Amino acid sequence: MRPADVHTKPHPLYPTDEQPSAAVPAPLIHVNNLSLHYGDRPAFQDVTLSIGPGGITALVGPSGCGKTSFLTALNRLTDLIPGCRVTGEIRIENLDVLAPQTDVIRLRRLVGMIFQKPNPFPLSIQNNLSFPLREHGLRDPVQIAHTTETVLQGVGLWDEVKDRLDSPALALSGGQQQRLCIARALALSPAVLLMDEPCSALDPLSSGLVEDLIVNLRGRYMVVIVTHNLAQARRIADAAAFFWVQDGTGRLIETGTARQLFEAPRDALTAAYISGMRG
Amino acid sequence: MAEASSPTHQAREWLASILVWGTAALVTATFCWLLGDIVWHGLSHLSWTFLTTSPESAGRRGGIGPILVSTLLILGVCLTVSLPIGVGTAILLAEFTSDHSLFGRMTRRSLDVLAGVPSIVFGLFGNAFFCKTLGLGFSILSGGLTLACMVLPILIRSTEEGFRAVPANYRLSAAALGLSRTTTLVHLLLPAAVPGLLVGLILGIGRAIAETAALIFTSGYVDRMPESLLDSGRALSIHIFDLSMNVSGGDANAYASTLVLVILLLAINGTAAWLAERGLHRRIVTV
Amino acid sequence: MTSSHSNILYRWPTDDLLCWLLRGLAAIAGLVVVFIVVFLIAETLPVLSHVGLERFFTDPSWHPAEGFYNLTPMLWGTLFTMAGSVLIATPLGILSAIFCHYYAPPILTRPYRRLIELLAGIPSVVYGFWGLVVLVPLIGEIHPPGPSLLSGILILTIMILPTIALMADASLANVPQHYLRGAAALGLPRWATIRGVVFPTAKSGLFTGVILETGRAIGETMAILMVCGNVVQTPSSFFDPIRTLTANIALEMSYALGDHRAALFVSGLVLMTMIAALTMAAEWISRGRIYG
Repeated sequence: MRPADVHTKPHPLYPTDEQPSAAVPAPLIHVNNLSLHYGDRPAFQDVTLSIGPGGITALVGPSGCGKTSFLTALNRLTDLIPGCRVTGEIRIENLDVLAPQTDVIRLRRLVGMIFQKPNPFPLSIQNNLSFPLREHGLRDPVQIAHTTETVLQGVGLWDEVKDRLDSPALALSGGQQQRLCIARALALSPAVLLMDEPCSALDPLSSGLVEDLIVNLRGRYMVVIVTHNLAQARRIADAAAFFWVQDGTGRLIETGTARQLFEAPRDALTAAYISGMRG
Repeated sequence: MAEASSPTHQAREWLASILVWGTAALVTATFCWLLGDIVWHGLSHLSWTFLTTSPESAGRRGGIGPILVSTLLILGVCLTVSLPIGVGTAILLAEFTSDHSLFGRMTRRSLDVLAGVPSIVFGLFGNAFFCKTLGLGFSILSGGLTLACMVLPILIRSTEEGFRAVPANYRLSAAALGLSRTTTLVHLLLPAAVPGLLVGLILGIGRAIAETAALIFTSGYVDRMPESLLDSGRALSIHIFDLSMNVSGGDANAYASTLVLVILLLAINGTAAWLAERGLHRRIVTV
Repeated sequence: MTSSHSNILYRWPTDDLLCWLLRGLAAIAGLVVVFIVVFLIAETLPVLSHVGLERFFTDPSWHPAEGFYNLTPMLWGTLFTMAGSVLIATPLGILSAIFCHYYAPPILTRPYRRLIELLAGIPSVVYGFWGLVVLVPLIGEIHPPGPSLLSGILILTIMILPTIALMADASLANVPQHYLRGAAALGLPRWATIRGVVFPTAKSGLFTGVILETGRAIGETMAILMVCGNVVQTPSSFFDPIRTLTANIALEMSYALGDHRAALFVSGLVLMTMIAALTMAAEWISRGRIYG
């Protein structure tokens, strides 16, 4: 099957087994003919894709196929990159993401993001969480403390740091920092969480913890995760999308449920990539 | 490995060590000599009376009270004007303009040129613009404004460096959390850029206090106590210059004035360094 | 959870407002140099129109009272002092920074850096004064008269050394640690690492440092004025007294009127031209080196 055939019919990606199909809500993210260029160099082109709520969607593929660029287009972090041009259409819920009049701040509250390298601010643990909250208008200290505790418990960090909330976040271990970053994103109660290889900079133990955490988020947040670790993608993803480099630009080759994509890929490229991982 | 440990390479390593250590020793020795000489000769004349009384007999006797006041006023005018302009420009260049935008490039180019403009040319400009065209005459205001133009590039350059040294992921993660650029700037970037800003400030103050040439024809020579910013005032550096070059028998007071100037600079540097360490530490733990 | 709609409405204008404010401030900063050039030219126009530019280089001597305006001896004075001091100060300054980063035991690093920072802030008039009372008599004993090109070069060297040392220090600090670890992992000795890894990486910073110090050397007035003797002549040895362009302005500006005053502005313009040429050359060379 040629990739073009995939593009013409976007596959709605629904969470698989657990949810009865009758209760499936409408897809949350619609991406239509999306292309991204850094200057004249295309990062990916003509990506059309729909992602439904509640599940974990893994973006897989080799390095340089535009997965991360795709992710940053979804919350318009691309605005911060000089010379970066995004064309096409992205809709998240009712929001036209790429429209110039779109309130980027609202968009980014709706769409949280976790980076490959943990990036807490050089503030205390407490302030890493409360500073964004305050900036988004939450002034009540009691409520801030409550949210802090809730999200830290949510990421399993509360017991580890509750006695030293005022110590610098940068003194935490890599895995703890990453969980703090996840907590920081969750504190703003986003609908979507974008994760750019959140485990790849961590040791196996921390990586396992973060992975468990991501699985725990299933159902409450819509998670879009870029990962190079196909085993991980198989373990955690409900749906998957496979990117590949063709003619010097990233292309979306195939989308489907994780099971279908990993066990019975329709595209020869996908099959080769998956089996390469097996072999 | 084999190559690195060959005799020629070892000799080169050795020579380099000697050169580097020799340079450090030479530099240290020269500066100890310079400072030692000034402290040695200046200390005997330094007293509270010297700091507070007015100069007599063209400065041979008496103190430097009015001169200190003029110096601080000139510095005050200079910083009041140059700090906001300098920090603002640095923020614009580092955070709000891409390296390729025309405005950014033009500003940067003109600042590069400005950085190299000799202080005596600032003096000429200050004399022609502030004193004559704006009609401020020989005054503390003219001198301070001239100095403000002069310290701008230093201030901007190191503040900008400070901002550029802030890791890019602060901006990305702040943006991903939906924080506005103003917030990101005030709460994250500015504290992180403080070292650069302070280095700029130190160098700027140093240059302003050090400046003599730009002040001769702008703030003037008058050694009376200034009554307003529009009065002419003699800066400490000009006083030293005048005593050592034009007043025979002024060396003793020149030494003492020099010592005061050096101590002043030590104090400024020390305060800035102390502020940097303390301020930074505080900023890291709380917002 | 947090309703911040009002915040959002309020915040975007803030970003815009800030951006415009910053642009305004930057415009002021950028225009200063334009103003300087405009005023210099405006002040020199009278003399340029009825004396002409070439006479500043062909007149028999510098006697402005009699209408002779030859700037060449002062130009040579400026060039000689600049060249001498930059040649000495550059290696010393860079080695100084290297000492701080790669050779000094940790206990010396901080004091040494403080020392350099302190020196960068010491007024030129202090250097000049020290030169006048210590260095000049010393040189006078070796070879009278004392106030000379040599004393100018030495004083200038000491003055601009902290500039290049601090710039080099900053650019060495920006060399990524993993380069150094990489070099160490390859078993490269210290100087080889510095030569092969540090210099290429820090090149543009070092170069900026050299440009800055050269500019400072050209523009330095007071120290030079105090130690060089200020005789208008083209020096034939290191022990001849000289007068630089800058010293000339400082000496004569206070009583200059009319054409004489304008002639001093011409020397200012000449200085500016030298600086502008320097900046452009720096940009040209560094572009070639960095991207070539």
